[in-house]
Amino acid sequence: MAKTLFDKIWDAHIVSIVENGPTQLYIDRHFCHEVTSPQAFDGLRKRGLKVFRPERTLLTADHNIPTIDQDKPIADPVSRNQVDTLGRNAEEFGLTYFGMLHPRNGIVHVVGPENGYTQPGMTIVCGDSHTSTHGAFGAIAFGIGTSEVEMVLASQCVLQSRPKTMRINFEGALKPGVTAKDMALFMIAELTTGGATGYFAEYAGEAVRNLSMGERLTLCNLSIEMGARGGLIAPDETTFSYLKGRERVPEGEKWDQAISYWKTLKTDEGATFDREITFDVSEIEPMITYGTNPGMGMPINSTIPSLNQIDEAGRVSFQKSLDYMGFKPGDKMIGKPVDYVFLGSCTNGRIEDFRMFANFVKGRKKAENVVVWLVPGSWNVEKQIKDEGLDAILKEAGFELRQPGCSACLAMNEDKVPAGKYAVSTSNRNFEGRQGPGARTLLASPLVAAAAAITGVITDPEKI
Amino acid sequence: MEKFQTIISTMVPLPIENVDTDQIIPARFLKATTREGFGDNLFADWRYEKDGSLKKDFVLNNPACKGSVLIAGKNFGSGSSREHAAWAIAGYGFQVVISSFFADIFRNNALNNGVLPVVVSESFLSGLFDAVNTNAEASVTVDLQNQKITNNTTGATESFEINSYKKECLLKGFDDIDYLLSKKELILEYELL
Repeated sequence: MAKTLFDKIWDAHIVSIVENGPTQLYIDRHFCHEVTSPQAFDGLRKRGLKVFRPERTLLTADHNIPTIDQDKPIADPVSRNQVDTLGRNAEEFGLTYFGMLHPRNGIVHVVGPENGYTQPGMTIVCGDSHTSTHGAFGAIAFGIGTSEVEMVLASQCVLQSRPKTMRINFEGALKPGVTAKDMALFMIAELTTGGATGYFAEYAGEAVRNLSMGERLTLCNLSIEMGARGGLIAPDETTFSYLKGRERVPEGEKWDQAISYWKTLKTDEGATFDREITFDVSEIEPMITYGTNPGMGMPINSTIPSLNQIDEAGRVSFQKSLDYMGFKPGDKMIGKPVDYVFLGSCTNGRIEDFRMFANFVKGRKKAENVVVWLVPGSWNVEKQIKDEGLDAILKEAGFELRQPGCSACLAMNEDKVPAGKYAVSTSNRNFEGRQGPGARTLLASPLVAAAAAITGVITDPEKI
Repeated sequence: MEKFQTIISTMVPLPIENVDTDQIIPARFLKATTREGFGDNLFADWRYEKDGSLKKDFVLNNPACKGSVLIAGKNFGSGSSREHAAWAIAGYGFQVVISSFFADIFRNNALNNGVLPVVVSESFLSGLFDAVNTNAEASVTVDLQNQKITNNTTGATESFEINSYKKECLLKGFDDIDYLLSKKELILEYELL
């Protein structure tokens, strides 16, 4: 029978199916960070259990860590305790740990792929909703809660209901200045923030095949923002050439075997999905969000919808959202002042994003009214930035690099946008207070972020 | 986990759509290393002023609105996988959340903490909002055994879905880890494949 890529991977990981209940699914790779794991390790201790498969588990500290002076102890004692607890748990349970200042430390969803932990055909989980990122390699990757983290630590399995499948085809060629981030924000605006709830998405089509690995990671990263558990992309030559030679990736004869398996990881002709959607990417413009969920996005040159364009049931929430943002229905976004710019996060904190930003600001100068935080996704990304000489370009334009971490994406460290201030952010969520209490987030691509950093206002990167 | 029994309760109305996990429990409160104490910070940014005083217009601060059932607009719990959101809801004392639509991860997390998410139709939901808006003492009955919910003001009833495994877990107070640990043999067999 013709099968989808999702079905092939899911079926290969079924340990059992609970009668009238969920599937017991085997997990190949388990990533943990400091925020969603301490209570799970406590649970193991209470039950007197060990980690069942330590070699399948990788720990990294990312959410709380500062992005300056990492060589000093973390100032906030509560953050410091959470990070220290992760380190202690790594030691007690015998797990690989990339702690702060470890050369491989960084955001969990950046670290996994760049060290070869993420591979095609795998099931991957982490107590973090952006685990969907790893689907870019043709893996079933999804976020779980802390009770489920404990389940995986204890048994290398989770209980999950089988999601429905959805294929989203991106056909055609992107216009200049339009990125994978814009594809994702466009898709979420079309489907809404809950539009893919209950589904696992496969991204396909010419425009997806033409994306680099970094761009694919951006697209899959944002799957959760339309409610999908995850999104994946069939592995191809782009995937294989990214993987070759990375630590943890098989070598020699084993590489050949892996490749021949990985090449079978695609949706068979004739396989059916519960839902299928096709977008023509040549219609996509640089996008920006204007509200307080990622579905409230629009082309940057467009205007905020008027109230009568919104479903009656949603008008109160829509107005509440615009009040928070300090915007009015019908407002233009172009030309609105910007106070902060954040380049980074598991969405756009990879080398491709820094190249894009640096190429744009080359020979230009940072606007004086804007505070700009450039936060590499990992030390590895930071090293690449320096090796490629991008740091010199950034410095010349008036920018400084910070140290890696999740940073202002969710403001668990000191990188908080003050109340009422506007931040053009390459991260993934514009929820109320996400970047600090009262902060107003405008999600956009690294190019739109670069244009705002140069002009100090919301600017179409193609019109500068 | 405690066994889940039929609940008859007044309701706390939150008629907002897309209530995300950052509103349920803002990230700055996620630094604890235990499961306790999150109830105090449930909806913190809607509930408290900067100086910690109560925001008078928020429903949790209205002494007339109480009960172990939260009713909310569609797509409740979207966003992050933080189980702290479910801990905050449970910690505050809610045993049931009723909405017309839930985000997936939140729903799993709630169930894993003995909180029952009940999906009802838009019209049933608006009937509940009407009832509680007219009379804060209006109550709802949630009968898990029979998968039935009743608006006690109008007498309207609806049945709701839950997979029978999860239903058993809630009724008996079991959790998934107990189940998985009982399946070790199957896991070892799978690993040999």
